[in-house]
Amino acid sequence: MIPVAFDYKRASSAEEAIALLAEYGDEAKLLAGGHSLLPLMKLRLAAPSVLIDVGRLTDLSYVRDAGDHLAIGALTRHRDVEISDLLQAQQPLLAAAAAEVGDNQVRHRGTIGGSVAHADPASDLPATLLALDATFVAKGPNGERAIPASQFFTGFLESALQPDELLTEIRVPKAPGSGFGFQKFNRRAQDWAIVGCAVTRSASGTGVALVNMGATPLRATAVEQALAGGASAADAAQLADQGTEPSADLNASAEYRRHLARVLVRRALEAAGA
Amino acid sequence: MAGSILGNAVLRLEDPRFLRGAATYIDNLGPEGVLRLDFVRSPFAHAKIRSIDTSEADALDGVVATFTADSLGLAPHQVFVTVHDDFARRPLAVDAVRFVGEPVVAVLAVDRRAAADAVAAVVVDYEPLDAVVDPEAAFEPGAPVLHAGHADNVCFSQLDPYDDGFFADADVVVRGRYLNQRVAVVPMEPNACAAVPGDDGRLTVYLSTQMPHLAHGILAGVLGVPKDRIRIIAPDVGGGFGGKAGLYPEYSVVARAAQLLGRPVTWTESRSDNMVGLAHGRAQVQYVELGCRTDGTFTGLRARIVGDAGAYPGIGAMLPGATRRMSQAVYALPKLSVDLAVAVTSTTPTGAYRGAGRPEAASMVERIVDQAALELGIDPAEIRRRNLLPDDVFPYTTHTGVVYDSGAYGRPLEEALRLAGYDELRAEQAARRAAGNPRLLGIGVSCYVEITAGGAPGEFASVTVDEDGAATVRVGTSGHGQGHPTSFAMIVADRLGIAMDRVRLVQSDTDEVRSGGGTGGSKSLQLGGSAIYRASEALLDKARGLAAHLLECDADDVVLHDDGRLGVAGVPARALGWAELARAAADPALPAGVVDRSDGTTGLAAQLDFVSTGPTFPFGAHVAVVEVDRETGRVVPLRHIAVDDCGTVLNPVLVAGQQHGGVASGIGQALYEEFRYDADGNPLTATLADYALPSAAEFPSFEVASTQTPTPYNPLGAKGIGEAGTIGATPAVQNAVVDALAHLGVRHVDMPLTAETVWRAVRAAESGAPVNPWREPPAIFDRLRAAGGGPDAVSSVEEAEGV
Ligand SMILES: Cc1cc2nc3c(=O)[nH]c(=O)nc-3n(C[C@H](O)[C@H](O)[C@H](O)COP(=O)(O)OP(=O)(O)OC[C@H]3O[C@@H](n4cnc5c(N)ncnc54)[C@H](O)[C@@H]3O)c2cc1C
Repeated sequence: MIPVAFDYKRASSAEEAIALLAEYGDEAKLLAGGHSLLPLMKLRLAAPSVLIDVGRLTDLSYVRDAGDHLAIGALTRHRDVEISDLLQAQQPLLAAAAAEVGDNQVRHRGTIGGSVAHADPASDLPATLLALDATFVAKGPNGERAIPASQFFTGFLESALQPDELLTEIRVPKAPGSGFGFQKFNRRAQDWAIVGCAVTRSASGTGVALVNMGATPLRATAVEQALAGGASAADAAQLADQGTEPSADLNASAEYRRHLARVLVRRALEAAGA
Repeated sequence: MAGSILGNAVLRLEDPRFLRGAATYIDNLGPEGVLRLDFVRSPFAHAKIRSIDTSEADALDGVVATFTADSLGLAPHQVFVTVHDDFARRPLAVDAVRFVGEPVVAVLAVDRRAAADAVAAVVVDYEPLDAVVDPEAAFEPGAPVLHAGHADNVCFSQLDPYDDGFFADADVVVRGRYLNQRVAVVPMEPNACAAVPGDDGRLTVYLSTQMPHLAHGILAGVLGVPKDRIRIIAPDVGGGFGGKAGLYPEYSVVARAAQLLGRPVTWTESRSDNMVGLAHGRAQVQYVELGCRTDGTFTGLRARIVGDAGAYPGIGAMLPGATRRMSQAVYALPKLSVDLAVAVTSTTPTGAYRGAGRPEAASMVERIVDQAALELGIDPAEIRRRNLLPDDVFPYTTHTGVVYDSGAYGRPLEEALRLAGYDELRAEQAARRAAGNPRLLGIGVSCYVEITAGGAPGEFASVTVDEDGAATVRVGTSGHGQGHPTSFAMIVADRLGIAMDRVRLVQSDTDEVRSGGGTGGSKSLQLGGSAIYRASEALLDKARGLAAHLLECDADDVVLHDDGRLGVAGVPARALGWAELARAAADPALPAGVVDRSDGTTGLAAQLDFVSTGPTFPFGAHVAVVEVDRETGRVVPLRHIAVDDCGTVLNPVLVAGQQHGGVASGIGQALYEEFRYDADGNPLTATLADYALPSAAEFPSFEVASTQTPTPYNPLGAKGIGEAGTIGATPAVQNAVVDALAHLGVRHVDMPLTAETVWRAVRAAESGAPVNPWREPPAIFDRLRAAGGGPDAVSSVEEAEGV
């Protein structure tokens, strides 16, 4: 289908992108990999009059050792997250989750920043980053701020990001040798998750987050607390759907999603060695 | 001559062109100054049209014209099969709309964006009416009647004799209600049409169709012009699968708009429009009962089938009839009774889709046979062995009057079981069950027989040898990816000794090819190929006469040498090449009568219509192996073994290609695909994100093989293979899933076997209350019998079988 006509501006730096956002305000949308935004525009569900293309800001595409954490540029493609040696060694959960996104073409175009900014509860990376207690760095006309993942996802496709802000970096803890598990349950290989689950396990505890079990990515707090209290993985997993509000749609009833959450959390915990 | 090329694995001649992106589809024809047409489609399943306002759209930049039914002035017409004149459809809706996606207004603009903006700017005032989505509900008294000219929503019905003694000799009667769900056809290229008015007043219409000559006749009638004022061309067509047959209303709108505006017009629908605009397939609910003796032999099969024709009944209304005709399947069945009731519903009209009525028959019979095997405690392979028609009955006339040409039904079954390692698989299944392994193994068997080249039994071909010694073949089939340029060149090379790369195929153009049945119903090789075979033979006869004249010998002494020259037997030096012969044939000085021209050809050529004795009946057996995750219900196909018998195999590469594609479609229906509506008739699966079309990532590598039982009905011995894989695969996979769960008490699970569906079946069985697969059929069947109903349509079921 054909989107409504729009203007196209290519930003040559983060600063220029922020300036363009300030100039065009509400009418503008940032374009990264385009793999969430363009489908919406083609269905005419989104109709920005200006697209500000940040897709070529290669200086925002990186995975770096930043001392006490790992820093990932917002424009890093899923594929680069998937194959990053640094992530595979120091934060393998994130690399494993990125490998599950869509198909090869999608992973070569879509960006981690776009995925986070789009804030789709059915996407793989937002829940994974929530489990990892990631920090998101946003830049706007008033400078830079860091937003903890726990405060970032505010509603369905809504985040704490302001319309005049550019997401520039994602920070995740280093966790070499930690256990992890990522479970994605979908119909076809390239589909979004019907339900998914990310588990990270380290000396400080176990983080568990759920994909597509509510309007936002969710922490399975009841599971985490049960594990902290000494429950077995199997017992803790029984609490996986507590506090969730899964939707019913074409792919699953809410009841089935709750069941899947319990099964997948158990499997992910087992994979993580819990 | 040296050994024949027929039967060899020959790679496709046409692939380099496709692989390099050199193919030409309608969307990239783009004649100079072409206007883009797009449709405003109904957002309601059923509504009255109060008013249409196009003024805002007309005022937009780049918009050239908008048309409603009134301004277009086209009479109602059928896509092709006429069920009742009551259901004829105006190409643009008038007064009422009857499915989401029905075209209401056509807009024409200078480019796609302007057309899309215009579509958004048209205002149609609708008064929503109640929708009828479920075909069984459509029969209920009080259901809204969709076509006021027709008394009710029954568009077709047919009853077979049945009385209370039908199952008197059965020890056991097994019963099931099976859903053969509605699916979308999803060709890679969506539907498309372009129309170009010529300076000579003729209209050239490009269609993404399987059957250009069929569309030719209908379009001429619709536009009210003689056929010779219209030329239809099907350029490269990106898949049809049965869905691209006949004259879609969109085609007549495009052609009419070009005629009215005197400008070239093109239309290629979006995927979202394709999902609601192109015919859907299947859509049956089957109530089936099988009587058996305790030893597993069958005493009789009774079925009552509810069909769903969608909003404008056409071929889809007739396909349950095709299902009925094939309901005896591969079995010796003492009795058969099949009743049909087909509903009009406020959904996309249904039509042919890969198999068109036969997959529904195979699924129905193979499911109830498996259910009987479980009930009687007989292995699924064994119960089939006990009931297969024996090899010595052919030609065999079934209860429905169909004549099976040739068969050896046990051969593919035994071969498939052998290739699968059936006994080892059963042992592994037992071991997993004994160990309580939650990864359940399921093994599914299916046997099938199907019908190819149903419909008209003839096809046209001509073969011409050009003065450079190359051959030009004209044929009335219209290949679109099946491999015709390769297989047809093989036939000419075999008959005439002309190298395959010197054989040019001309097809899909009504100016170039005198007549044609197109490509559908898996008939192209057995009809078109046989026509080419016979025309090549006729040409060779003529060439021998000509060579005898030139070489001054007796025609009986002229032979075709291995090097492709014709000469005197035993005297290799006295021989002529095809180029020399073609030039001699064209020489005005050649005395009359040397070359036989009674078939109306000139130069060195022959043309004819091949007429087959009748349709042929390919058959086969599939074994599917699946793993079912007991906890989540997820089904993973592990292996698929297909042994298909399509008669004599001309080129195993092409046969394997059709088997692979067919099996993928068949597994798609079993596990993934379903076109769904909500209760108000809104489509829920109108994008490929929602409609779960599988890809290669979902499948194991298929194991395909052939047995070869030639048909006596054509010189090639060939039957069709285009749909067989689909027909065999679906029930094998469904049976495998039920087989995996059988020990839990599960007897049937409806398709598609999604994870949640399977999980629910497991849960019900585990809770001690497995779902009963049977429920009584709707009252319509009793009402029809009370009324003494019989077949009641304008077209015949046989006509519908040609797609
Ligand atoms: C066929 C298909 C299958 C897919 N399957 C999956 C899947 O299985 N799992 C999954 O998780 N995802 C899947 N996706 C989505 C994919 O991962 C997207 O790439 C991702 O969600 C968005 O990233 P993007 O770079 O394409 O963002 P875009 O589409 O360019 O942008 C998305 C939104 O984020 C905003 N935005 C982008 N970058 C920034 C930034 N740096 N700062 C502020 N705002 C920004 C944009 O303005 C827009 O609103 C799939 C997509 C497709 C097309």
